[in-house]
Amino acid sequence: MIWNEEYETLPREALEALQLKRLQNQIERVYASVPYYRQKMDDAGVLPGDIKTLVDIQKLPFTTKEDLRKNYPFGLFAVAMERVVRIHASSGTTGQPTVVGYTKRDIKIWAELMTRSLVAAGATQKDIIHNSYGYGLFTGGLGAHYGAENLGATVVPISGGNTKRQIMIMRDFKSTVLLSTPSYALNMAEAMVDMGIDPKDMHLRVGVFGAEPWSENMRQEIEKKLGIKAIDIYGLSEIIGPGVAIECAEEQKGLHVMEDHFLPEIVDRDTFAPLPLGEIGELVFTTLTKEAFPVIRYRTKDFSRLITDHCSCGRTFYRMEKVTGRSDDMMIIRGVNVFPSQIEHVLMSIKGVEPHYQIIVNREGSLDTMEVQVEVSEDLFSDAVKTLEELTKRIQVEIKDLLGVSCKVTLVEPKTIQRSEGKAQRVIDNRKI
Amino acid sequence: MKVKQIAVFLENKSGRMAEITGVLAKNGINIRAMSLADTADFGILRLIVNDTESARQILKDNGFTVGTTEVLVIEVQDKPGGLASVLQIIGENQLNIEYMYAFTQKSGETGLIIFRFDEIDKAMDTLKKAGCRLLTGEEVYAI
Repeated sequence: MIWNEEYETLPREALEALQLKRLQNQIERVYASVPYYRQKMDDAGVLPGDIKTLVDIQKLPFTTKEDLRKNYPFGLFAVAMERVVRIHASSGTTGQPTVVGYTKRDIKIWAELMTRSLVAAGATQKDIIHNSYGYGLFTGGLGAHYGAENLGATVVPISGGNTKRQIMIMRDFKSTVLLSTPSYALNMAEAMVDMGIDPKDMHLRVGVFGAEPWSENMRQEIEKKLGIKAIDIYGLSEIIGPGVAIECAEEQKGLHVMEDHFLPEIVDRDTFAPLPLGEIGELVFTTLTKEAFPVIRYRTKDFSRLITDHCSCGRTFYRMEKVTGRSDDMMIIRGVNVFPSQIEHVLMSIKGVEPHYQIIVNREGSLDTMEVQVEVSEDLFSDAVKTLEELTKRIQVEIKDLLGVSCKVTLVEPKTIQRSEGKAQRVIDNRKI
Repeated sequence: MKVKQIAVFLENKSGRMAEITGVLAKNGINIRAMSLADTADFGILRLIVNDTESARQILKDNGFTVGTTEVLVIEVQDKPGGLASVLQIIGENQLNIEYMYAFTQKSGETGLIIFRFDEIDKAMDTLKKAGCRLLTGEEVYAI
């Protein structure tokens, strides 16, 4: 289903004309109202009038998280504070939080994009939506909430945490749609079994999962364990929050970028040179309609590529491939780039391996060591030492084959790896570099 | 003739054995025989108990990874050469032993050897034909 037929299926030519018009307006407004951006453009020798085609965006300087931090808290806002009706902020786990603001119109557009996303995932007005994204400064909870209300569905604003209570409420309220991080969805599936509840006896039929990268194998695991269709949603607070891109239920193959509001680019991960359509690199977004917190060529640190093929759902928006890695998550082990999702991919392709794992990185002398801890499920367990040793060996070999890095694989008892109630902590890096 | 054995996965952490035996004791499970296989990183505890199914459920409920397998329990004379004669039969018939462990009975006249074979059915037939005495599950659980 499509929520906004007019915009979501706009012919490419009309869409690109709309994008250009919106881009020109946005750049002009930003130049006039945000001194920091004006200075950066002046330094680069670009004026708003130089943006004559969509490709001209490449003349503009990039914006990074560092720029956002430098302007903490409100330095990049493009409207007076009296027009700002909402503030959100990143968790700030890797430094100072990044703060974003919204006008009334921004909130309305965000709700619309989130509604489009829910509808693309298969939700309707009749659904009871269990929203486990955290409410608060994090954009997940409120972002999804407004979209679900805008759709006319029934929202259960449960937020994160207290898993047993969540499950009870989900069952008693007969919730049909689950919104959470993928790792928390698996955590809940497991908790249901522990509580003696068959996940298939719940009324859930669709889950919309985001806020952390997850692999295709993890999708299959969630779909199997919860008996639902698992849809990937993409967003980041710097751009607007959840609802920047969404998979359609028809294909589940790539996420349609809401291109009437955001202009995506892919750039080389090292040189930041723009890459041709279809090549993989770092995702860059420019907002086209944001009032309070517009961003120009924001480098997301997420790696993806754009898919331009026609999609059977009828949307004309390009799709971005499922993000499987972020440069933030990337570990450099003995000079090799390693993403947790690659390890997850290996683990989950082995039958019986539980999706609970942790990667521990240490430095011994001058050598990096990586240990992958995997929980032993009943399916994997054997009374024979040989069988378990063969299993760890096999995981080691497959990781080595894929990544070119050797690692130690340790089997651990079930439930010893900490379960997440939000974003999963996959990596413990003990190196002091 | 096949005897049920439970196996429990153990991380190499202090206190785990005490936890397992404590949980079993609290629930009135009696251990008949046991062996611990250990590697540098983990251990596998194998147990034969008086009530396999209850023990398995209790350990599972307490968060352990538990598996059930079948083993053969053979009686040998408790004197020099008692075990050797059985192993000779096993060797001659090319039966592959995954692992084995032993315990003695109260009477002290015979010892019991627990064997885990790759091919349990073939092993059972061969040993019976060779005249070995295999204990039934009921006999072992009731020792």
